[in-house]
Amino acid sequence: MVTLLTESGEHEVADAKASTEALWCPANDALEATGWTAKPEGLCKGQICVPLPAGREREFVGDGQINLAAFWRHLGQPAVRSERGDVWVLSESARERQAALASLEAPDFALPDPTGRMHRLSDYRGKKVFLVTWASW
Amino acid sequence: MVIAVAMDSREGDPLPWIEAAKPTYPTLIDREHRLAELYGIVNVPQAVWIDEAGRIVRPAEPAGAYEGFRQMNRTTREMPEEVARRTAQAKTLYLDAIRDWARNGERSAYAFTPEQARAHQPVVTEDAATAQALFRLAQVLIRRGEREEADRWIREASRLHPDSWCIWRQGAGVTDLGLAAQPDFWERVDGLGAKRYYAPVDMPGMP
Repeated sequence: MVTLLTESGEHEVADAKASTEALWCPANDALEATGWTAKPEGLCKGQICVPLPAGREREFVGDGQINLAAFWRHLGQPAVRSERGDVWVLSESARERQAALASLEAPDFALPDPTGRMHRLSDYRGKKVFLVTWASW
Repeated sequence: MVIAVAMDSREGDPLPWIEAAKPTYPTLIDREHRLAELYGIVNVPQAVWIDEAGRIVRPAEPAGAYEGFRQMNRTTREMPEEVARRTAQAKTLYLDAIRDWARNGERSAYAFTPEQARAHQPVVTEDAATAQALFRLAQVLIRRGEREEADRWIREASRLHPDSWCIWRQGAGVTDLGLAAQPDFWERVDGLGAKRYYAPVDMPGMP
């Protein structure tokens, strides 16, 4: 059992296999958690396909599984794990974050209020939003 | 409208403050500091102005906060008069700017053009991106009781992203008011030297 944190949130992947360098996930779990799927062209997400290095495909895909850690490193994106390998975070690269900010489209997010009700920034489209952070610390 | 987000990872920490404020706007809780990851936020209070079409009008910047607290007497908590005046001025100026934008939209002098907005976006480094991932990892581990390992990851995150006071203060020890204002905080602030705790805000008249 691996807890996998991605852009879409927290996912429990029962059949994931983690080692120091690898995180093998069943294809359907990988798709649900990250949006990436294996195709003949390589690993694809939406309209984007990333070809896998020739001769090294088996490092990334095989037996209906995807090695997300190897792929994330291949993309140059942060992939961090707990010491036991039971919690992983796969996130976006600085380049992606920077490009998103340069587009000036305010990145959407979903966060809870004290009652637990989720609010998305996109819920407030049509109004000016003054988004301000604070903290008890 | 205002959306206030507490960059508070410890459950319950922001609640007494929210209850006391009785806000009329959404107050959200960001335990994993997702906003820091998405918007390049490194401190509080920082704000982002977003228009009706969901476009960033002013990227993440200190929201009326001023450097003056560094001149505060740490025992008496008094500030020199001129510093107190500038502190109040920064806040008033920022609030007036928000109101001006609320009234005048893109015609407001305080609304950046798209070119200006792009130029004012924070720079996101690869190390900072990794740091935010480590911060998220640490929060999960804390919830599982893996405190020591979590602390190691938070220290590493802070090492990779030293500009983030959000990461450092969230991980630091707190006073009985819950403020990360122990001696180690003041030591780190003093270590800034001439460097600003709150980045300068590009707004006419802002100290």
